[in-house]
Amino acid sequence: MTASIAARPRSPAAPYWTGFAVVVALLVIAPLVLPPFWQRFATEILIWGLLAMSSDILIGYTGMVSFGHSAFFGLGMYGAAAALLTIKPPSLGLAVLYGLVAAAGAAVFVAYFATRLRDIYFAISTLVFSQIFYVIIFTWTEVTGGENGLTFRQPPFAIPGLFSVPFTRNGLHWFVLAVVALSYLLLRRITQSPFGMVLQSIRENEPRTRAIGYHVERYKIVAVMLSGLFAGLAGVLYAIQNKFAAPDFVLFLISGETVIFNVMGGMGTLVGPVAGAAFFLLMKEVFSRVFYEYYLIPVGVIFTLMVIFLPQGLLGFLRRRLNQ
Amino acid sequence: MDQIIIQTLHGLVNGMVLAMVASGLTLIFGIMDIVNFAHGDLLMLGAFVGASVLGVTGNYWLALLVAAVVIAVLGAALQVTTLRPLIGRDPLTTILATFGVSLVLQKYALWQWGPSVRQISEPVRGDFTLFHLQYPWYRIVTAILAALIIGGLWLFLKYGKYGIWIRATTQDRVMAQAMGIPVPLVYTAVFAIGSAMAAASGVLFGPFAGVTQTMGFDFTLRAFIVVVVGGMGNLGGSILASIFVSLLEAYAAIVVSPAQAVIVSFIVLVLTMLFRPTGLFVPTPK
Amino acid sequence: MLVLDNVDAHYGKSHVLHGVSIEVRAGEVVGLLGRNGVGKTTTLKAIMGMARRTGGRITFEGRDLHGVPPHGLAGLGIAWVPEERRIFRLLTVLENLRTGLDRRGVTPARREGLLEKVYAYFPILKERRNQAGGTLSGGEQQMLAIARAVVLEPKIILLDEPTEGLMPRMVAQIQEIVHALHREGVAILLVEQNVPLTLDAAGRVYIMEKGAVRHHASSRELRADQRVIHEYLGV
Repeated sequence: MTASIAARPRSPAAPYWTGFAVVVALLVIAPLVLPPFWQRFATEILIWGLLAMSSDILIGYTGMVSFGHSAFFGLGMYGAAAALLTIKPPSLGLAVLYGLVAAAGAAVFVAYFATRLRDIYFAISTLVFSQIFYVIIFTWTEVTGGENGLTFRQPPFAIPGLFSVPFTRNGLHWFVLAVVALSYLLLRRITQSPFGMVLQSIRENEPRTRAIGYHVERYKIVAVMLSGLFAGLAGVLYAIQNKFAAPDFVLFLISGETVIFNVMGGMGTLVGPVAGAAFFLLMKEVFSRVFYEYYLIPVGVIFTLMVIFLPQGLLGFLRRRLNQ
Repeated sequence: MDQIIIQTLHGLVNGMVLAMVASGLTLIFGIMDIVNFAHGDLLMLGAFVGASVLGVTGNYWLALLVAAVVIAVLGAALQVTTLRPLIGRDPLTTILATFGVSLVLQKYALWQWGPSVRQISEPVRGDFTLFHLQYPWYRIVTAILAALIIGGLWLFLKYGKYGIWIRATTQDRVMAQAMGIPVPLVYTAVFAIGSAMAAASGVLFGPFAGVTQTMGFDFTLRAFIVVVVGGMGNLGGSILASIFVSLLEAYAAIVVSPAQAVIVSFIVLVLTMLFRPTGLFVPTPK
Repeated sequence: MLVLDNVDAHYGKSHVLHGVSIEVRAGEVVGLLGRNGVGKTTTLKAIMGMARRTGGRITFEGRDLHGVPPHGLAGLGIAWVPEERRIFRLLTVLENLRTGLDRRGVTPARREGLLEKVYAYFPILKERRNQAGGTLSGGEQQMLAIARAVVLEPKIILLDEPTEGLMPRMVAQIQEIVHALHREGVAILLVEQNVPLTLDAAGRVYIMEKGAVRHHASSRELRADQRVIHEYLGV
């Protein structure tokens, strides 16, 4: 299935859509057949996968390595928390709205830097920015709950005026699946459009793209906004699923893990990072059994080895293998 | 007023320690274009090794020496195994690779030494009296030591035979090779030197706040900021910038909490990158 | 001593050298002439391992240079004076020389001797020995580049366009140096566009065009019959 997607990235041919449908179908059935732990796991993979996809727009497609995704994710999370805590009754729509607006705010800030700085300087400043953000959240206890974070109730799945139904565990999973799948389709559409082509051209050779006449700055701004919005959306979903917002999720480590998903899965493929997220989370689970909280040692080693020997990620590796 | 004097001392002392860390980082970047994400973690490991040696021997100076040597060897090993294969690749790949290394080192420290905070006791007891204020002697000693070590590095680079090799390789790798300078060895040596300096910084800083496995990250962050503000690859610039930024943070800590003072560094970084991207202390290139 | 045997080279996808065969025997001065862009510098770079060799062999004193790392060439006796000179701008004149002097196996006495030798060749370098390389004039930098190669005590010097952009007085000085080095028994592969200087200094000359060697003759023959020069260099 992955083979057909990898072998024909451009033409949405029948095999691709079949594969996609199969994956979605599997994910739909998942909560019904899996034990509760793995069910949650499946939902989490979806959320992290969305975060990874959002990051791929910047890292994989536009070639701008960013360590700032924890900020977008965190803002989405805290934004949703704000809506769910301040507005009674808790509204799903408002949670999403607040979260996206908050993430967008940060995205504007980062977008400004994206246009002025290149490469390493951009990466370093996103790193610093995400850390600053963590400090603010951690210390502004009155607003953000500081170290302990915020807890709130899960909003019902509601369309105002029509109906309101509280989420069941399965229902939430399907909701997340729907959001993530739609996001994926939307992002895919965008990356395969002329806009997406320009982004990739920027990654390959920015001066040349500029010379051809494209307003590179504008494209970068849009890329950052898109990336930030979808990362924020992931944060909102996480908040809704877990009913809390905590500074741990604004830690730089989240940004770092996101980058790991991208590299492991295969940058610039959208599907790759999702696979990377799944792979990482799976490895984390498996290694935790053996290495307890030191699972990051083998995972870190594997990641570093992959950066050196498999820079194309899992997807790239598969692609090459299957093309032989 | 007293606060200001104390904070000035804090700023200067912290600045010197940071300068040691940043020197290694900027040396490494200047010569091989590697942004070493794991630099702070080398510092952290140095502090742990130092704490262990101190625990066994009770000798602070021995701990300092052993930590520097051990981490220098570790650094060399890391460079040869993970960074040499990446020569010639996109510099962002090295950020990712060193990030991976950073994760492994942090968790390794957790595994090896456990989660509790280790202590490194001060090498020198007692306070130094300035007017009517007391300031711990060991902090002054730390700053002086850092200055000496940095001075030693500078002398080595300027006058030593290998110092010339390092400077030549930094300026023109290809021509250095044509002159017979074994560049791959120089790279490894520079990485080892940078690692040793980071480790020494860790041991020097140990008595300030205890040794934890996450202490490295803060240093990595600040070192990055300082290296950019000072001009990447510019040794003198990063030293000046270290002191400058540390002083600013120290003064800011009078008004906001120390954890929040790091925002000041961020602002300096942002302003530098926007208005003087080659570095605050570097003359604008023609 | 130095033999290029049917060498092909590529820059990326561009095929820049086609079956180049050149030989420099011990103590010889050999010229490599040709217009701009014909591949003369690329040939030198191929010897130095900087261009991707895709065919043929390069041997020095019988040893294939293929496996030799770039920093090993100086130790074998091959010195390079590149077209752009490539002085270490932030190093002083003396430090520039030290990159070659501080080799293994050179006693302090010998180092002093070598230093005196190049100071004798180029008095101006002695005068400027504590000045940064980047502050030297073009001609002085050229001298420093040559001096740097000389202190390596090489068996062969690859000299790339040493007189480019220099005043006539300096050109004459360079000519003198080439003669002096020849008298000492150092082989030189001289890449130049200055025809008279090359014909004067070199015993044999290769002429290149479009990445290949088109003509090979002794300089005496070329001096006698100027038509070949006209044809390939339009001079």
